[in-house]
Amino acid sequence: MDISDFRPDTVYTIYIASTPAKVWEALTRAEFSRKYFSGFAVETDLKVGGRFAVRAPDGSLHISGDVLACDPPRRLAVTWNVNWPGLVEKLGTTLVTYEIEAAGDAVRLTMTEAHDRPLSDDILSGGRLGWPAILSSLKSLLETGEPLVIKMAPPLRMLEALKQLGVEVPM
Amino acid sequence: MRKPEFVYVTYIETTPERLWEALTSSEFSRRYWWNTDVVSDWKVGSPFSLVMDGTTTDAGIILEADPPRRLSYTFQHVATGEPAREPPSKVVFELERHGRLVKLTLTHEGFADGSRMLDGISKGWPAIMSSLKSLLESGRALDVPLAALDIEGVG
Repeated sequence: MDISDFRPDTVYTIYIASTPAKVWEALTRAEFSRKYFSGFAVETDLKVGGRFAVRAPDGSLHISGDVLACDPPRRLAVTWNVNWPGLVEKLGTTLVTYEIEAAGDAVRLTMTEAHDRPLSDDILSGGRLGWPAILSSLKSLLETGEPLVIKMAPPLRMLEALKQLGVEVPM
Repeated sequence: MRKPEFVYVTYIETTPERLWEALTSSEFSRRYWWNTDVVSDWKVGSPFSLVMDGTTTDAGIILEADPPRRLSYTFQHVATGEPAREPPSKVVFELERHGRLVKLTLTHEGFADGSRMLDGISKGWPAIMSSLKSLLESGRALDVPLAALDIEGVG
């Protein structure tokens, strides 16, 4: 897949008192993600061309994709496509990249969400609501042993915008 | 064209009152903000400054102070270097109770296109806010040297 057309639309950076190996593990393994990501299970086949998936707490496939870059514990790039009928057709593929770097005694984690076409702020608002919550909770889990309990309201602005585009969203 | 601004959201297991204190008390800020004092009487119209190791790096005026909900101030880099010549920008903190947590939204806006200041603060705020979250949740701020942020002209 050619990713040269992808532009970063949302970047979120967070510093964590941990090691790159532990941050990598938390990002790629279901036993961790279930704790900080509202019960969602991240499944990562850790090789280029491997499968990437996020399952909802009921086991259903919520997000599916492929591993495009895998350089543990430094860089992981995956396609991140939410399985709502018509979504990929309208928005194109979503690319999510994690970069993990040592910064002093802590780790800098940078998440970049990129797209191959211009998307409205309404569409992008879903990710901009979600990423800070997910990654704040991941940080708390690694630093204190306890994730945050963040009750998120549905991302109505994004859902409405998707509906306008003809994507079948669960409302 | 998106307007040049920086927005950062984080969720912290604390109370709005404690978070307000952490944002406005040098006793806290020295621990999570590279030994920086946040100096003001926090009244609308009063001066505000950041003093790092005894040197004033940034200064402004308090625009809004509604504890423990909303704080804003103008922000101008006054230490040496090119960004000092940029006009003042504006920093807004919004603190919202979110169940047992606080949602903190930082908006730093009012930059000219191509602002070097915007590039610098976009690297600085995530480290400061991350360290603040660590301090309030675990009692320990982060140990991230300013030089690790790769800000042009800093470190």
